[in-house]
Amino acid sequence: MLAQLDELYAQSLDSLATAVNTAVLDTWYKDTLGRKGSIYLLTRQVGQLPAAERPAFGQRVNAVKQELETAYEARLAELKAAELQAEITASAIDVTLPGRKQWRGGLHVATQTLREIYRIWGDMGFQVYRSRDVETDEYNFELLNIPPHHPARDMWDTFHTTTPGVILRTHTSPGQVHAMHEYYPEPIRVILPGMCYRYEQITARSELQFHQVEGLAVGKNISMADLKGTLTDFARRMFGAERQVRFRANYFPFTEPSAEMDVECIICGGDGCNVCKYTGWVEILGCGMVHPTVLRNGGYDPAVYSGFAFGMGPERIAMLKYRIDDIRYFWGNDLRFLEQF
Amino acid sequence: MLVPISWLKDYVDISMSPAELADILTIAGLEVEGVDYIGIPGGRDKNRLVWDRDKLVVGQILKVEQHPNADRLVLATVEYGGDETEVTVTGAPNLFQYLSQGDLSHLKLYSPFAMEGVELYDGHKEGQVKMVLKGRPLRGIHNRCMLCSEKELGLSDDHEGIMILTGDYTPGTPLQDVLGDAVISIDIIPNIARCASIVGVAREVAALTGQKVRYPSYDVVMEGPPVAGKVQISTDHPDLNPRFTAMIISGVSQKPSPGWMQRRLKLAGQRPINVVVDISNYVMLEMGEPNHTFDYDFLRRRADQYNGPDGPVHIITRLPNEGETVTTLDGVKRELPETTILVTDPAGALSLGGIMGGEESEISAATTNVLLEAAAWNFINIRRSATLLKLNSEAGFRFSRGVHPSQAILGAKRAAELLRQLAGGTVWQGVIDYYPNQPEVAPMRLTAVEVKRLGGIDLTNTQIKEMLEALEFTVEDQGDALLVTSPDFRLDITGTHDLVEEVCRMYGYDRLPSIEMGDTLPPQRSNTRLEQEERVKDILVKQGLQEIISYRLTTPEREAKLLPPGIGAPPDDRPYVTLANPITVDRVTMRHSVLASVLETTAANSRFKSHIALFEIGLIYLASEEGVLPDELGRLALVLTGPQQKFFWQSGGDSAALDFFDLKGVVEGLIGALHIDNFSVEAAAHPTFRPGRTARLLLGEKQLGLMGEIHPLVVEAFDVRNGYPVLGLELDLELLLAAIPPWHHIEPVTNYPAILEDVALVVDRLTTAAQVEEQIRLAGGYLLKAVELFDVYEGQQVGAGKKSLAYHLTFQSPNKTLTDKDVKKQRQRIVQQLERNLGARLRD
Ligand SMILES: [Zn+2]
Repeated sequence: MLAQLDELYAQSLDSLATAVNTAVLDTWYKDTLGRKGSIYLLTRQVGQLPAAERPAFGQRVNAVKQELETAYEARLAELKAAELQAEITASAIDVTLPGRKQWRGGLHVATQTLREIYRIWGDMGFQVYRSRDVETDEYNFELLNIPPHHPARDMWDTFHTTTPGVILRTHTSPGQVHAMHEYYPEPIRVILPGMCYRYEQITARSELQFHQVEGLAVGKNISMADLKGTLTDFARRMFGAERQVRFRANYFPFTEPSAEMDVECIICGGDGCNVCKYTGWVEILGCGMVHPTVLRNGGYDPAVYSGFAFGMGPERIAMLKYRIDDIRYFWGNDLRFLEQF
Repeated sequence: MLVPISWLKDYVDISMSPAELADILTIAGLEVEGVDYIGIPGGRDKNRLVWDRDKLVVGQILKVEQHPNADRLVLATVEYGGDETEVTVTGAPNLFQYLSQGDLSHLKLYSPFAMEGVELYDGHKEGQVKMVLKGRPLRGIHNRCMLCSEKELGLSDDHEGIMILTGDYTPGTPLQDVLGDAVISIDIIPNIARCASIVGVAREVAALTGQKVRYPSYDVVMEGPPVAGKVQISTDHPDLNPRFTAMIISGVSQKPSPGWMQRRLKLAGQRPINVVVDISNYVMLEMGEPNHTFDYDFLRRRADQYNGPDGPVHIITRLPNEGETVTTLDGVKRELPETTILVTDPAGALSLGGIMGGEESEISAATTNVLLEAAAWNFINIRRSATLLKLNSEAGFRFSRGVHPSQAILGAKRAAELLRQLAGGTVWQGVIDYYPNQPEVAPMRLTAVEVKRLGGIDLTNTQIKEMLEALEFTVEDQGDALLVTSPDFRLDITGTHDLVEEVCRMYGYDRLPSIEMGDTLPPQRSNTRLEQEERVKDILVKQGLQEIISYRLTTPEREAKLLPPGIGAPPDDRPYVTLANPITVDRVTMRHSVLASVLETTAANSRFKSHIALFEIGLIYLASEEGVLPDELGRLALVLTGPQQKFFWQSGGDSAALDFFDLKGVVEGLIGALHIDNFSVEAAAHPTFRPGRTARLLLGEKQLGLMGEIHPLVVEAFDVRNGYPVLGLELDLELLLAAIPPWHHIEPVTNYPAILEDVALVVDRLTTAAQVEEQIRLAGGYLLKAVELFDVYEGQQVGAGKKSLAYHLTFQSPNKTLTDKDVKKQRQRIVQQLERNLGARLRD
């Protein structure tokens, strides 16, 4: 019977080796080591052996079982690995096929630029102060030292409404006076963003509405030197630390002295191109020391207080940074434009 | 203002290049908009012609003879500084007059002379096309050189004949040295009105380069009879016409002005007319005082009528009478605004003071005696009148920006003397000078402390004094302060802040110190409203929507598209804020609806995109019941349309359309992310939206806004063309932001297991999902964590007029593991409550 067992063992190992897949292997297991398998059937015949031989036979059966189990496990692992390999090979994909696209939302480029401006000025202690779009002539002009019919009014082509004395603000400067009235006698550092309106044809270069961000600082110890330092810091953060800036004299009725800040052309790096009209510089903002009349109109005594103000156009800044050559893209809201930001 | 450097050099030395000059002027506040180079190197335009110094020179024409083989050509013998003279063939019509006159050297006929190989503009081609001069035979005579027209040199479009240079020259002088020039163009902003003249610019250059201005001479040789008693001047409005000066010049001849004057006028942008008109313009450009010449004999004839032959011409400046008109010298008969100050005599109006002369009193070809006016006018009044008249003139440009009365008499004298020198006139003795209220000039006290306080520069009194004196201020150093008096040509200095600017300009804006702000930091405040607005934007962007910013100007007609045709009343019947001066017919009123803006943008994009998901946060403008200013109210509008899924190659591109519930999901996502908890939705009706697919958004009892599928007729009116349903919403941003809690509390995260239960309930068809869910939540209590509708069924299985709603219910306890018994009890309560309150029954 031992010989029978050894023969069965040898046969089983042979057929194990020929099992080509896990399904065949499962059958082999059932037939060999299963509850009604060949090993079991053989052990049932143990009663036919003399009692003295039985322990040795039993040991041998257990050893054979153990070895077959081990051989089975090894073969199973081998076959599983082969099957996985086959499946992986069969299911390879072309990774260069296009991906499944997601809808992507976005902020308008003007909003993105405004936020950048808010962030830089926020770091310097300037907070956002907003005021209305539809304004009185008094706040838009007169309190800013621009009397009726003054030639300075030529600087702002104005939309008038059918209500006399009511206009669409031409700049966010009215907010300067509103802020001064609200905060007197505290020192002030605010920026004044908002939509402004000018009586201008809509062309690649001019728009009838545009954002402006003005700034106002009022205190007892503020001079042109503070203005220059603060605005230079702003320009370096907005356009890059290595960027050169220059200040030149200019005119605004609500500031005196007044200046314009130019930044080294970011397109040509100062060599000259059609964007900077071959000067190497582009105008970024107007600024100056708050005119004593404006301080007085805001409630601040110009003999005690001084301050600076500045104004810039976020769209213009965005046009320079992203090389947008037509301002009409901004309110045209063509998704093929907006989705590029 | 065009400033030829050659002209500027009359009054100040210039040793730097035009580009360097442009730079220092720009930094000092005279913004140079461009430099036009004429014949000389400079600038960055590579296509511009630079005159060759060796091959383009002054030539003197010595002889003109007929070409032996051609009637229309002549042979000119030219001395050009070479070893021999050169004979050149030309067809210039202006040389034929010199044919066969022998030696012409006494005539001093000079012309630009170009030699073989030189680059010129082609005289026969449109515009400026460069060519190289090549020698070639012309009707049998070899021609190597050329006498040039203005067009060939790039000076003008004139190719009628060769250019004749007036004056004395040495043949062979490079043309660059004779006609080469640079013209700088300066933007005259309101505070530099004093620079709207060549002398005005020269003053700035002198101050910036440490020189003194060489002023033109204001001396006049007066050899005519005395003017006293011949002219009388009076005004009704010394405030509008503070000064009026008059001189008489007799015997002028109206020939062309000299070449140098014509050339300067042309470079400065003026067309030469005749010597009398040209002198008037020249003086205005030179020193900034516009002046006017009347036909004196015309005035005299009228005076004979109103004052008798011995009475004076009486000039009166006054405002117009009712209905009065004046025909100006451009031939236009003008109705006069009531503010327009007129120069008149007792017989009627003569001219518009400071703006334009009248046709009747204007000098004519026959005029030999002129009355010269140089006056001062109130600049605000001139600007107002010129604007109302829509009349732009060089005089009006200057007077509307301010010309100091001191300049009037200088302008009169300068023009009179030039009329004597160049037009052969005789100047009558004396000037009639009417200046009733000459203002006192009050000195200002300026301290070095003030210069430091505003300008940020540490300077001594002496340094400040020098800077201001360079600009012709009179400065007296009193030790503790400087007593400063403005020069008489300046109107823009009103206080010490203006003096500080002058000091900064002289010091150099580029040299001003630059420091970190050291002043007290104001109290720091958050702008909560703005921060909330930006938060709403961020939430919507995360949900895949694109922000847009639209024009806030629209028209009522455009917004009326929100209502299908036949529906009368607009959504808000408060009046629009309307422009009095719209620039285009489609931007006339301030908008009442942001949704209309977003729908317009949707339509525009629908031509090339099918999936469109947009939102805008912006203001609407509603006339206020109190006060003249409108209420400016925040609105959020949102539009979704198109396929739900992006095109993907695997599915063949098919996708369901975005529908009401996509829009509602966005809203719920927004409300959830803002942690607003009293939000609900109910069915509503509104003409903009499709009936049966319209909902009202509520915060508590208040209407937050409306949303739904846009009515097909509205979609058609806006012309959205992607072929999908359009979902839209507009809500009250003010109400939404006010409802955002400043902070919220979180729910603890529990590790006790959740138990899921499904329940299907049959209710009346008209019972809403919101009602059912509300009842489930009320009965479910705190153990009920989530209610999720997963099926809605209507049909035979539940019977007519009924529907079945099936929910996943999630139960979870924060502090224990729930048993089946706990959940069963909870579920039973829910079913009972729904049976009781909504007549629901469990679906089998
Ligand atoms: Zn550039």
